[in-house]
Amino acid sequence: MTSVNSISWLIGGPQGSGVDSAANIFAKTCAKEGFHIFGKREFYSNIKGEHSYFTIRISDKPVNSHLEEINVLVSFDAETVFRHADKVSAGGMIIYDSSLAETVLEEVPTIDFEASNRIRKLLQDSGQSVNLNGMLEFAKSRGCMVYGLPYFEMLETVAQKMNDPKLSKISRVVNVMAISASISLLGIKKDMLINAIQEVFGSKPKLLASNIEAAEYAYSYIGTKYDTKNIKYKITPKDALKDYLLLSGSQAAAIGKIVAGCRFQTYYPITPASDESEFLESNQIIDKVDGKSGSIVVVQTEDEIAAITMAIGASLTGVRTATATSGPGFSLMAEALGWAGMNEVPLVVTMYQRAGPSTGLPTRHEQSDLLFAINAGHGEFPKIVLASGDIEESFYDAIKAFNFAEIFQLPVIHLLDKAISSSIQTCKRFSNDLKIERGEFKNTIDKNQSEGAAGHFQRFKLDDSPISTRVPIGTENAIFWNTGDEHTEEGHISEDPENRNKMMDKRMKKLDVALEKINQDDMAICHDFDSDGNNVVVSWGSTKGAILEALEKLSEEGNKMKFVQIRLLHPFPTETVKKFLKDAKLVIDVEMNYTSQLGSLVQQNTGREIDYKIVKYNGRPISTTELYIALKAILSGNHERRIVLDGGT
Amino acid sequence: MAELRLADYKTTVHNDWCPGCGDFGILNAIQMALSEMQIPRHKAVIFSGIGCSGKTPHFINVYGIHTLHGRVLPFAQGAKIANPDLEIIAVGGDGDGLGIGAGHFVGAGRKNVDIPYLIFNNAVYGLTKGQASPTLRLGEKTKSLVTPNTSNSVNPIALALVSGFTFIARSYSYDVKHLKDTIKRAITHKGLAFVDVLQPCPTYDDIHTREWYQGIDKQETGKAMPRIYKIEETGYDGTIKDESEINEKMTRILQFSSEWGNKIPVGIFYQNELIPSYHERIAENNKEYFAKPPSHQEISDNKNNPIAKIDKILDKLQIKD
Repeated sequence: MTSVNSISWLIGGPQGSGVDSAANIFAKTCAKEGFHIFGKREFYSNIKGEHSYFTIRISDKPVNSHLEEINVLVSFDAETVFRHADKVSAGGMIIYDSSLAETVLEEVPTIDFEASNRIRKLLQDSGQSVNLNGMLEFAKSRGCMVYGLPYFEMLETVAQKMNDPKLSKISRVVNVMAISASISLLGIKKDMLINAIQEVFGSKPKLLASNIEAAEYAYSYIGTKYDTKNIKYKITPKDALKDYLLLSGSQAAAIGKIVAGCRFQTYYPITPASDESEFLESNQIIDKVDGKSGSIVVVQTEDEIAAITMAIGASLTGVRTATATSGPGFSLMAEALGWAGMNEVPLVVTMYQRAGPSTGLPTRHEQSDLLFAINAGHGEFPKIVLASGDIEESFYDAIKAFNFAEIFQLPVIHLLDKAISSSIQTCKRFSNDLKIERGEFKNTIDKNQSEGAAGHFQRFKLDDSPISTRVPIGTENAIFWNTGDEHTEEGHISEDPENRNKMMDKRMKKLDVALEKINQDDMAICHDFDSDGNNVVVSWGSTKGAILEALEKLSEEGNKMKFVQIRLLHPFPTETVKKFLKDAKLVIDVEMNYTSQLGSLVQQNTGREIDYKIVKYNGRPISTTELYIALKAILSGNHERRIVLDGGT
Repeated sequence: MAELRLADYKTTVHNDWCPGCGDFGILNAIQMALSEMQIPRHKAVIFSGIGCSGKTPHFINVYGIHTLHGRVLPFAQGAKIANPDLEIIAVGGDGDGLGIGAGHFVGAGRKNVDIPYLIFNNAVYGLTKGQASPTLRLGEKTKSLVTPNTSNSVNPIALALVSGFTFIARSYSYDVKHLKDTIKRAITHKGLAFVDVLQPCPTYDDIHTREWYQGIDKQETGKAMPRIYKIEETGYDGTIKDESEINEKMTRILQFSSEWGNKIPVGIFYQNELIPSYHERIAENNKEYFAKPPSHQEISDNKNNPIAKIDKILDKLQIKD
């Protein structure tokens, strides 16, 4: 028995069967044991029945990406084994329902035709029968250990123990039995599991009791039924993680909004953006440092056009305002974005990308809306596009997004994605030491400050600075007008050519000011691996975790590379990126889209060609494993200029 | 504070509506209503959509927000929800509100945010040179149409009713006094108020002209027979005082709404303040909403530090050993 410091664990099951809560219990259990967690959730656009799964990586170092290989596969249906058993590593473990051993592949209706064909071929090629037993035999032939659990019988025993015959019909505790078995096999103490179950089901006493009973029973069942001495993957507890959170990206962004002072948010239901709004609504009463309370109003609108226009209307009253959406909704918001740009209205649009075009893969991941976000809306107007690289950045960037929106008086698009929003990670507890910067925002105006035509306040004053004094509508002595038409300093319609040029210059100049004022770390970060700077990976957004880990591994092998993470995508931080790429021998662009959108931006702005493009667009986030292999192939000089990754189930 | 005169609500911006446009009557009525109600100029905000009616805010000396085509209601609702202390009036055309913006018309009805909404209803898209609007009837051919209208018309009064507007009225742009009184009632109504304002377009609508409304063509008795009649003068009262009256009243309103041609009803069809406004619905879950709506919330201290305390939220997410 050796103890390991990193394990890749996966639980699968039909949607609606408690896969998520089981994974959360497992993650909490391991976090309590002192491990860092990264969890990735995959699910269909479906309410009940289709295959969903949750991969959890536990590690003694901070971890922010997933691997292709699985060390522990936890299942309570046949489909999970059929779909994932071939990824289980030698020495890895598979927990399955022993009563399903004879299940024939064709009997599982939710395995679609393409997947079914792949699995059948795999089994036939390896001489196995096309049923669950065949799959398990195949796994065993590759060195995996398999552990059958008769869930139904176990449920009956638990029901008897609890003197509750109805319990045997409730299959919900099966998920907890499954994870409990895995925890037993991994050598994790039972107490931590029980604590985690108490945290998850604490408010529901009946559920809590049955889940604990089931967990205890499954935990000891493994011990009595199986010899666990020769298990390759045993983990030993680490020092407790002090002041760490376990949370998802949508939660991090929502909490960031609360700190930022966002007090009005609109949304129309869409995957994967709605989670954030629902979290905000659940926390609508906000504690304040003075002991009093504040609140955020969250409005569900009739569509995304209403969501953004309602948010703009609210922003005019001075409140920090946001809307959250995904690609299809963002498409509908494009026109209003221009109105906000034209009228210099601060607004944050939190955009959770998913796989497009059209409905695309609505529950899957992609980073294909970068150029769209930058170019959204007709005509030319200033906006800021900022992309976070992980869950922790999502929190801090949410705050920065509001500062940018108010300092520069324009719409800010905060780009996140499905991989960030629905993944979970252990993060250092957030600090709220960022400042609230509101730029030229004022609540009162002296009477004599209104100096425009007819003594009106000049909301769009043409001055040395392109950023004018901004007041909420309702402020005395500051009546102004807004219009989507080109306008005068007071905001009245004007088609005068000279005024047009001045106003265009005023608005567009704000992009130059943004590049002067935004901190370099918010533009781009160069993750140096003590490299000589010859080989550079450029990327943006949620690929960060996989890139950092792949580069770390390459660095340990003597292949030192840099990673330039571009965070400010518009206006493009040309000088900063140029500086980072100055001595690059190879520039490798990594992105979750077909056309290497960041690559074109880099080329267009810096003039530096991209040497290699690594792309992925099958809806599944890039794993460290596949990225490492691709980078290694490039370094060996042995690959095409464009590599398409295809990992994931 | 000095009394605000009607002139105080007027800007010096050149008004480029066509001579004889019905919009002038609506503009005057809004300014008169604001002035008679002595609404402080900085407290009032006119939101508009796109089209001739969209220019209205520029002529009124209060805050003016000229938004996007069809989107005036969500813009206005956002502002009113964020700051219910503002006196917000939404205006737009019939194409704006019942064509491109019809979804928001229905959505707004469901919410019942406390704003009045005036539709300048002239049956044509004037600013784009006279195409058929959603209120032009099937088979009618105004002068710039190539063929008679092939789409059926929407019934604004009925649509407002089934969408949940809690105040529904109609008036006529050349009866400025009636219109002004109706607007005042709409402003004071608690909830979403709809005023369908019949408004001849002298340039593109050669059917529903001022003379047509006056009934110049109907001189059976030797003098013009105006098409418009006031429902209040028939003894009708649209106010709902008890929920038991709703069904009967709704049936009556649908009858009014289908009257057209020789008899066109104007007046307040419906007013129901028994239905909670959107603001009241928010306040059910957020007790301090009226005292501290979003726009009044403090978010930082005098050193620009955030004042939200997120400890309780983080504690729930924190890993406990």
